[in-house]
Amino acid sequence: MTTSAIIGSVSGVAMTVAGVWGGQRLVEQRGGGTLWKGLAVLLIVGASVAGFLTPVPALPIVNESIRNLFFHVPMWFAMIMVLLVSVWYSIRYLREPSARLDVLAHESAKTGIVLGLLGLATGSLWARFTWGAWWTPDPRLNGAAVAMLIYGAYLVLRGSFQDEQQRARVSAIYNIFAFAAAIPLLFVLPRLSGPSLHPGQTGNPGFNQYDLDNTMRKVFYPAVIGWILFAFWVAQVSSRYVFLKLKHDEQ
Amino acid sequence: MPLLREISTLLAKDFRLEWRQRAALGGLLLYVGSTVFVCFLSFSLRGGTPPPPAWNALLWVILLFAAINAVAKGFMQESPGQRLYYYTLVRPQAVILAKIIYNVLLLTAVALLGLFLYTVFLGNPIQDLPLFVTNLLLGALGFATTLTLVSGIAAKAGGNGATLMAILGFPLMVPMLLLLIKVSKNALDGLDRGVSQQSLLTLLALNMIVGATSYVLFPFLWRG
Repeated sequence: MTTSAIIGSVSGVAMTVAGVWGGQRLVEQRGGGTLWKGLAVLLIVGASVAGFLTPVPALPIVNESIRNLFFHVPMWFAMIMVLLVSVWYSIRYLREPSARLDVLAHESAKTGIVLGLLGLATGSLWARFTWGAWWTPDPRLNGAAVAMLIYGAYLVLRGSFQDEQQRARVSAIYNIFAFAAAIPLLFVLPRLSGPSLHPGQTGNPGFNQYDLDNTMRKVFYPAVIGWILFAFWVAQVSSRYVFLKLKHDEQ
Repeated sequence: MPLLREISTLLAKDFRLEWRQRAALGGLLLYVGSTVFVCFLSFSLRGGTPPPPAWNALLWVILLFAAINAVAKGFMQESPGQRLYYYTLVRPQAVILAKIIYNVLLLTAVALLGLFLYTVFLGNPIQDLPLFVTNLLLGALGFATTLTLVSGIAAKAGGNGATLMAILGFPLMVPMLLLLIKVSKNALDGLDRGVSQQSLLTLLALNMIVGATSYVLFPFLWRG
């Protein structure tokens, strides 16, 4: 492991922790927030427009479809961030139970599912035009499908309880357990399973640091930030809706 | 060490209960035996043993479903009153560790028996038997650790626990199964052991992660 790799992984961890911490602030924020919501809109719209217009390096096989980098990858990043926030809420729930934390964990997980489905859809569309098939038995794709199944199971589990406290506690436990048992592997397995068609793996020319020239980075990073902010925004709105509904039911 | 004594008492209780209600154990053995026999009957239509990939896939499907059936009854056969009674006697860590150890032993026995019956009926194309058996044992260990907590969760939900357990457990076991099937394919083909080394280490690490998470999370599940 070189020094740059160590610096890279340490700063990656630091940014993830900061993202989870900041994400909670943003999801729980009430009132205001015009600045970051405006920034999210600006970044997503700007990166989408620039994503179609900016010149990209002409690589074999992927060609112009490399532009999917500006849409597909930020969605997965945003999914991982919002799911991490959901797991953190579940951990907090187990430490001191409250209906509020349960709602926040549930709504964050649902937002993550939506982003995961968007990621699957853009990936599948891309694969149709680059590989010629909607779905291939690739390690990366299997991992994505497993992640969706896990969160589907989370929703089924939530649906099978009558008692609210019981539901909150048991689903928090499953959320943490599933995340700890399966999500890290989704990053490890593709590296273990040898040949893969997925860009960044062995098969196609990847979007890794050698190919990602600076014009692409200038669009890619803003898109990532924009989509992550958007995910927190969605989680905020949906949890506020649930809180209002709970308040209404009480009255 | 009071924890160790609690674990051994609970283990002895589980074995005694299993022995008294032999129907469950017998049902499990019959399940493995009859699925292997059905495979044998359907492959004998085309003369003898299946090709190695099919052999491998079927073995793991049989073991997966046997594991779900074996572990499912663990927490579900206990009534809420019984749970409350244990709660006053022992600490929750002892309960989950005893249950995991019990399930590991049970699934190891089922896996070895399944492999024996399977090779008797469907032939033995394994070229590297020690690696295959090691992998099988790691599989039993992994299934037991993952499914024990899942069965605890499903038991809390009540109602159709076994269905819920399959829904909750399968996605968690897919990454594990992918590794297991890959290593057992390597053992079937007699590939160099260096090829499988990394996957085996990942399996071991995965088992430890799952075991540690179960140990930490179970007290919260138990409290309800």
